[in-house]
Amino acid sequence: MLLTDDQKMLQETASSFLSEEGSIAKELRRWRDCECDDGFGHALWKQFAELGLTGIAIAESAGGMGLGATEAALVLEEIGRNLTPSPFLITATVAARAIEGTQHAERWYPAVLAGEAVLALAIDEGPRHAPEETALEAKRQGNGFVLNGRKQFVAQGSSADMIVTAARTSAGRDGITLFAVPTGTAEVENVTLADNSRAARLTFDNVALDADSVIGEVDGGWAPLARALNAGRAGAAAELVGVAAGASAMTFDYLRQRKQFGKLIGEFQALQHRAAHLYGEIEIARAAALKAAQLIDSGDERAELYVSVAKAKAAEVASLAVREGVQMHGGIGMTDEHDIGLFMKREAVLGEMFGDVYYHRNRVAELSGY
Amino acid sequence: MTDLDDFRADTRAWLEANCPAEMREPLRSEADMCWGGRNWTFQSDAQQRWLEVMAERGWTVPDWPKDYGGGGLTPEQAIVVKEEMARIGARQPLYSFGISMLGPALLKFGTEEQKRHYLPQIARGEIRWCQGYSEPGAGSDLAGLQTKAEDKGDHWLVNGQKVWTSYADKADWIFCLVRTSSESKQGGISFLLFDMETPGVSTKPILLISGSSPFCETFFDDVKVPKDQVVGEVNKGWDVAKYLLGHEREMISGMGLGGGGSLGAAVKPADPLLRAEIAAFDVDALAFQAMSERFTAMWKAGEAHPASPSMMKYAGTELNKRRNELVIAAGGSDALEWDSERSKHGKAARDWLRSKGNSIEGGTSEVQLNIVAKHILRLPGA
Repeated sequence: MLLTDDQKMLQETASSFLSEEGSIAKELRRWRDCECDDGFGHALWKQFAELGLTGIAIAESAGGMGLGATEAALVLEEIGRNLTPSPFLITATVAARAIEGTQHAERWYPAVLAGEAVLALAIDEGPRHAPEETALEAKRQGNGFVLNGRKQFVAQGSSADMIVTAARTSAGRDGITLFAVPTGTAEVENVTLADNSRAARLTFDNVALDADSVIGEVDGGWAPLARALNAGRAGAAAELVGVAAGASAMTFDYLRQRKQFGKLIGEFQALQHRAAHLYGEIEIARAAALKAAQLIDSGDERAELYVSVAKAKAAEVASLAVREGVQMHGGIGMTDEHDIGLFMKREAVLGEMFGDVYYHRNRVAELSGY
Repeated sequence: MTDLDDFRADTRAWLEANCPAEMREPLRSEADMCWGGRNWTFQSDAQQRWLEVMAERGWTVPDWPKDYGGGGLTPEQAIVVKEEMARIGARQPLYSFGISMLGPALLKFGTEEQKRHYLPQIARGEIRWCQGYSEPGAGSDLAGLQTKAEDKGDHWLVNGQKVWTSYADKADWIFCLVRTSSESKQGGISFLLFDMETPGVSTKPILLISGSSPFCETFFDDVKVPKDQVVGEVNKGWDVAKYLLGHEREMISGMGLGGGGSLGAAVKPADPLLRAEIAAFDVDALAFQAMSERFTAMWKAGEAHPASPSMMKYAGTELNKRRNELVIAAGGSDALEWDSERSKHGKAARDWLRSKGNSIEGGTSEVQLNIVAKHILRLPGA
């Protein structure tokens, strides 16, 4: 469970790049306060590309870095720590995995590698994550399909050049088909979330797609979707660990500086014990996220179980970190001027994405046979 | 085939040939655990043979040097032995505070003579050790201990009392913290070894809420100890004690999994609210298991923070207490039976009560949190 030298080097690269170029002041606050449509900066996405990071999951033969979930997790932890808004999680790890090995990879990988394209993934249809219950209808018509239904919580959906969309072509888990939905087909409502990220609501009203837009096989969508979900869940877990680490570092610093009753507040044992507990929980969440990523990379059959463990644990711990963060900062923590509240907002969105704590605890129970 | 693959194949074959079938059965109770020592009565020939063949090979302590009764294996090879034993369900041949606690301290702080004298006896299970740390007035504030050892020229004269001495009534020797100077609190402590049969040593078991008595009060009344039985320098025993506590905490933190496996799968909770709590527990237990693997790897590679065993001990023991609470909740009134055969003599209830001590022994949870706050988070005044 130790990182290799190459992995440590990548971690250092990501850490210095994101703390310098992707900081809260430079990116998150800038894009929040400018009332722009995307909620992230395309110039920074280009920089991701220059470092090769947009191709982290793309095979070396296709021009990418050909790396695994473990390396993606290292980058995502740094993204979480800096609250950097970017399409990295969804475009470079999730959508890139979903279209792997299909003609859509040939179509989109070059633009992703260049940092010129954004891809999205549309799964959720109600306020809760339930991919097995996908209902968006795709009916055969002539040489193609007609889609009717809706999607929501599509991260960066309105910025995306193509949206990988899960639709139902027949009953059951084997009745799901993935489509590559280009811009200008479904109706897109751009929604701003609490953390200033954007998530589209899509309405499909007799949207006609040709047969080429099918990703992989008709009724064969579950396998690539599961691959993409594993990547997304493990990735979101890693980013949540970063959010927890960033929020707690800020909070521990505050405990070492803020004085009340003539003392540094970090001298109070009531706060010391809570801080020490939080520290341990973050270490455990990081170990779980790393383990999930490593099991994905080694093709281990326990990967799915550990992905749910990691997502549930990381969300729970990040939630603790931001709640303790705001509380221990006191009044200043409630102000927009201070950054600690931004961690709380990001945690809420990431915690929900790809299934919340309850979804994944339930999954752990089901996968364990109870 | 790498060297390690060869080693694995050899290990597998050797274990197949030498581990008695009976020693591949899961432990039925604590009575099946072999602790060795001068007064040990083996439960069976198989138990005795298993200890002897493993000790002969140095595999009761695979990664200790051969000169001291160990197997001389690399950390990687030692893991292979552990994995191959787990593969056939082989029991640990010897349970020993000598192996888990005193041995590592002797390897680090002992003289060459001490290592050559004590370590092989530990490895072969010939001497059973107990630990004399806590005192009635020195629990969490361990360095406040008062048991005195006076320098009488040719020997130490020990007077005082220890408490929570695990298996003192069954142990042959004790490693004991004593006060050799009153000038400094932590700087006046020495680490002493002596025979429990020395005149003036007496023990009295403490009955616990679980109904068992794994701990004793231990009394020292003018106990004469030879001068060469100090480990490390006189008045520097606190360094030895802290090092050893790290090992103890590491060992206790490993209990967090209560035998491993999904709790929910074991108890099949019917109540949906209980199922939800158990699922939350299973998430935490699996996450902690990942942490244990990572911690072990980092500790061996020297990448772990020196105070991290405190974090592990805190998390592992709190988890084990929670597991036991949930076992009781899932068992309903069945789990409250104390004596019946049906309940394996109240195993669930007794384990539950015993687990409450996990977050007290070896340094309370609160003390572990203090250590993390001070040494890892560097919080002021901690």
